[in-house]
Amino acid sequence: MSVALPPFQRLLDTYAEDVYGFLHATVGATEADDCFQETFLAALRAYPRLQHGDNLRSWLLTIAHRKAIDAHRARGRRAVPVAEVPERPAKPPRDVDPELWSAVRVLPPKQRAAVAHRFVNDLPYRDIAVVMSCSEDAARQSVRAGLATLRERGLR
Amino acid sequence: MTTIHDESEASARRFAARAVDDGLVDIAYTTLDTPIGPFLAAATARGLVRLAFRTEDSGEVLDDLAHRLSPRVLEAPTRLESVRRQLDEYFEGRRRQFDLTLDWSLTTGFRRRVLRTTARIPYGEVSTYGRVAARAGNGRAARAAGSALGSNPIPIVVPCHRVVRTGGNLGGYGGGLDVKEWLLRLEGALL
Repeated sequence: MSVALPPFQRLLDTYAEDVYGFLHATVGATEADDCFQETFLAALRAYPRLQHGDNLRSWLLTIAHRKAIDAHRARGRRAVPVAEVPERPAKPPRDVDPELWSAVRVLPPKQRAAVAHRFVNDLPYRDIAVVMSCSEDAARQSVRAGLATLRERGLR
Repeated sequence: MTTIHDESEASARRFAARAVDDGLVDIAYTTLDTPIGPFLAAATARGLVRLAFRTEDSGEVLDDLAHRLSPRVLEAPTRLESVRRQLDEYFEGRRRQFDLTLDWSLTTGFRRRVLRTTARIPYGEVSTYGRVAARAGNGRAARAAGSALGSNPIPIVVPCHRVVRTGGNLGGYGGGLDVKEWLLRLEGALL
């Protein structure tokens, strides 16, 4: 084998919390585990075919990003017309203000993901662009727009 | 209150179990406690492929497996339950023979023949480097046989501790000479 990929367990040990934190912030506590399972199963399936072992964190977050979008779409499809269901008390990602994160989750998907990548995982814009398959400028723009919306609501 | 850290750990454990169920784990490993220290044990779908003494760095052992066999390496103790049980029985003196399928893919050629020959030395007996080399097809390659045994990927189960120098000197051992002596005493080959 020519490509030096680390044992998959090491990816799981090193990045599980980053992936989970991102998903928790974007799809919410209830769906985070499902998306996490989908993300790592997809990653494990594809892993041996990976061409290089550079920036595996971004690779995993790219998959997580796609799964979060899928979950968001699926939720739209099964939208049920009932009065607002109270969310489970938010368990804040790391030390972040829970009120802030419930506000983040009502941002449009692209802004929400960009804000989560930037502030949950401290991804540089270069990596956010990779993960979201957009330009660095577009990534910066999404974060800026997301923060502007949050500011309008008196958060942040 | 549970934290993101706890939740992500729980999710990671659920993932590992599911990956095993879905047949996505090419190399399952676990750590085993034994009277001669912790072992890292790894198995493929074919069978037990690696046992490593604590003298080896487990990170390096896993790197090596990832590079040589497959990077789909996950900690999955359930896949090594029979290895754990049989080693426990062996160390308690209740098992004289292992009933495990082995994956030999980490060795080739003369080395593999030496190890396969060694696997047939019965419990409680010893052979010599020269005799093992002869059975593997080259009686003059005692030194090469010694080096093959030194690189044994599955010690204990492939009992390289049962090979000593002509004349009774114990020779060498990857897990340390004291361990070799301990094993031979356990088996009653040394008093």
